[in-house]
Amino acid sequence: MMMRFTLAFVVALAGSLPARADVNIQEVTTPGGITAWLVEDHTIPFTALELRFRGGASLDLPGKRGATYLMTGLLEEGAGDLDARAFAREMEGLAAGFNYNVYDDALTVSAKFLTENRDQAVDLLRSTLIDPTFAPDDIERVRAQVASILRSNLTDPDDIASAAFDTRTYGDHPYATQKEGTLDSLAGLTREDLVTAKANAMALDRIYVGVVGDISAEELGPMLDHLLGDLPATGAPMPERADPMFDGGTHVVPFDTPQSVALFGQKGISQDDPDFFAAYLLNVILGGGGFESRLMHEVREKRGLTYGVYSYLVGKDQADVWMGSVSSANDRIADAIKVIRDEWTRMAQDGATEEELAAAKKYLTGAYPLRFDGNGPIANIIVGMQMQGMPIDYAATRNDRINAVTLDDVNRVAKELLDPDALTFVVTGQPERLTETSN
Amino acid sequence: MQRLAALTFSLMSIALPAAADGLNDMVTDFKLDNGMEVVVIEDHRAPVVVHMVWYKSGAADEKPGVSGVAHFLEHLLFKGTDKMAPGELSRVVAENGGTDNAFTSHDYTAYFQRVAADRLELMMSMESDRMVNLNLDEKDILTEREVIIEERNQRIENNPQALYREQAMAAQYLNSRYGVPIIGWRHEMEQLSLEDALDYYKTYYAPNNAILVVAGDVTPDEVRTLAEKYYGVIPANPDLPDRIRPQEPVQSGERRILYRDPRIAQPYVSRSYLAPERDHGDQKQAAALTMLAEVLGGGQTSVLAEKLQFGTKQALYCSAWYAGTNLDDTTFGVYIVPAEGVGMQEAEDALDKALAEFIEEGVDAEQLDRIKMQLKASQIYARDDVGDIARIYGGALTQGLTVEDVQAWPDLLQEVTGEDIVAAARDVLDKRHAVTGWLMSEEMTQ
Repeated sequence: MMMRFTLAFVVALAGSLPARADVNIQEVTTPGGITAWLVEDHTIPFTALELRFRGGASLDLPGKRGATYLMTGLLEEGAGDLDARAFAREMEGLAAGFNYNVYDDALTVSAKFLTENRDQAVDLLRSTLIDPTFAPDDIERVRAQVASILRSNLTDPDDIASAAFDTRTYGDHPYATQKEGTLDSLAGLTREDLVTAKANAMALDRIYVGVVGDISAEELGPMLDHLLGDLPATGAPMPERADPMFDGGTHVVPFDTPQSVALFGQKGISQDDPDFFAAYLLNVILGGGGFESRLMHEVREKRGLTYGVYSYLVGKDQADVWMGSVSSANDRIADAIKVIRDEWTRMAQDGATEEELAAAKKYLTGAYPLRFDGNGPIANIIVGMQMQGMPIDYAATRNDRINAVTLDDVNRVAKELLDPDALTFVVTGQPERLTETSN
Repeated sequence: MQRLAALTFSLMSIALPAAADGLNDMVTDFKLDNGMEVVVIEDHRAPVVVHMVWYKSGAADEKPGVSGVAHFLEHLLFKGTDKMAPGELSRVVAENGGTDNAFTSHDYTAYFQRVAADRLELMMSMESDRMVNLNLDEKDILTEREVIIEERNQRIENNPQALYREQAMAAQYLNSRYGVPIIGWRHEMEQLSLEDALDYYKTYYAPNNAILVVAGDVTPDEVRTLAEKYYGVIPANPDLPDRIRPQEPVQSGERRILYRDPRIAQPYVSRSYLAPERDHGDQKQAAALTMLAEVLGGGQTSVLAEKLQFGTKQALYCSAWYAGTNLDDTTFGVYIVPAEGVGMQEAEDALDKALAEFIEEGVDAEQLDRIKMQLKASQIYARDDVGDIARIYGGALTQGLTVEDVQAWPDLLQEVTGEDIVAAARDVLDKRHAVTGWLMSEEMTQ
């Protein structure tokens, strides 16, 4: 299927509850002291469970890059007294679904299970969290798969651009390197490293829990204590703050492919900053609002220079950046970059208009209740809200905060925050008429 | 874990149909007087609605020489009508907090918006307007043609796996337009004109060639009233052509492709076989093939993984797929990513040996039970995503199936026996109607 466009932006803002949506979040504290947010909905006989462990791949120890990633990949490859295939057979027989992922700042576990065999599904999930086997054969099999991913990344223009951008931006912080590690670091990982990575990343002092579906608060407490209670109390300390560097240049990573891929960025803004919502609205107007954004209008609709161009605020735990992406044929990417730089400058100097701000507010406030659609999506939202430190009743005030932002706020933030001289491009491809520059 | 995500195979998981009592109870269908079909899927948990219009025409309905025009027109439908300025539809959707998009396949073209339930009427007023009142000028054409060429660059030219798939499908289909890429061949895309787009538009965009699917917090009565007001007043197109497309002849020659590209870091062997698709009232063979794909390639416990990843360890990864919902003959596929030190010929031989052994050994009864258990459960999980149910109905109804066929499908899957699966494998896994590709970088040797 061909889609008219594909949204590539990161939604940096978790939502909360619309006044009219019939969704009620309860805070549940288990007898064992674990806190979870729960939305009970007994319409469909299954439960969606989302776990987040703060820290994620950035907790890799020096010289052990890729350990958390490889460890996460092995959680479903054998646990308790089940080997990899016996575990898979068990999960299939219960028709449960468990997914394990790791990102820069979090290790995530997404589970769904039927009400009719919930206890058995939770037992099985528990074994992967508490007692994964990390058998030598399985380590080698998954290590070979990760190595294959790493090799493929080395010849994929999007991955090349992303890795080059991170290296240039994040100095010696873990964010500067790829979470899968390098072929060298991956080859050196031992079973002991994986055991350490698990103890560092999966502990009770960093866990967030969101649950939605066919389960009551009374049932949830003991279930969570059983599921999680035997995790270690504490894990590794969080990484230091990163200090993203943007020299304002245009940097080319030569790669033989017909279309150049460009990532661009500058410093961002913390979600705790009083100006965050002004910046968020500004980003929607500039490059975050799908077809309505200035970048999309100028680069795609008016000039046909790309299929998609986006900007997005990235709120990492240890860094805030404002990023964007665009792809254009090698003989046109220079034009696309010029238009983006011009638009960045125009917005910094002249700001947005009253009409643009009104449209962005209507979009954000109207889209808000539409997010709470289904057990799976709601579980994701409520666990994200907890990670971002939002109050449980954040819902009631969220749209008001958006509406309270004035055009003066937006344009002041545009002047203060948008920094055309620091906007840095990393381009992968064989771009024509594009010279390497740095300020 | 996104293991091997870089190798973007089109993995067709089991198409999740609507059956199980709870799921079927959500669905109502009827027809307007002008021939437009309507499907309503109710889910009152959240005040959201998905509004979709599907046209029973896609890239395989194009005339020769203008490949990509169906998809090009899809882009142009956002360029305004007599009433709406270019871009206005998407702007109005966004101002109402909604999202909108469109997609084109070989068999259909579809447009959708996801909005608050009380905005449904506004969506219908705009979508019905552009069904017949499109207003385009030459400048729209030229700029948007650049956009679709950049889209081709992004999806295809920058991706060696996608380039291989184009070559493989062109070799797979001797007569069907499925051999021509949906986005179009580049040299033909560069020549697409306003006339080409309008010709396709006037031929196929009409209520008697369309299906309305509305899913979410609505009732069938509400949908009927609004649909009659906005879509019901558009006259049917009496000249709508019958949907008769070139069919595949008997295929009797094995085809092989050596595809070399320095951007392929991880070599692999891919094979597709011509295979029957789901047909109205005749879905049994497709049900057996759907189960065959699961038995052979559905995860860690599948036959190919057992034999090649865990057994001989010749595969880093291997799987099978089947795209059953198609209007005309479809494909069944298998692939193997060789482990370190395993050559391409050895990998292909290992794959062939595993398939031959499977046909001799038959289906493990416990594995079949587990798959059927998962399929039953999928009927429960499916109710959590009403938009996905809408896509299943829209896809099926534009690809030769009926609501009854969709609702019969889960039971047909449950009835498939191990013998049915092996028989389907014997029929379909025949190299005379297959394309085998070796994907590798330039310096790769056997």
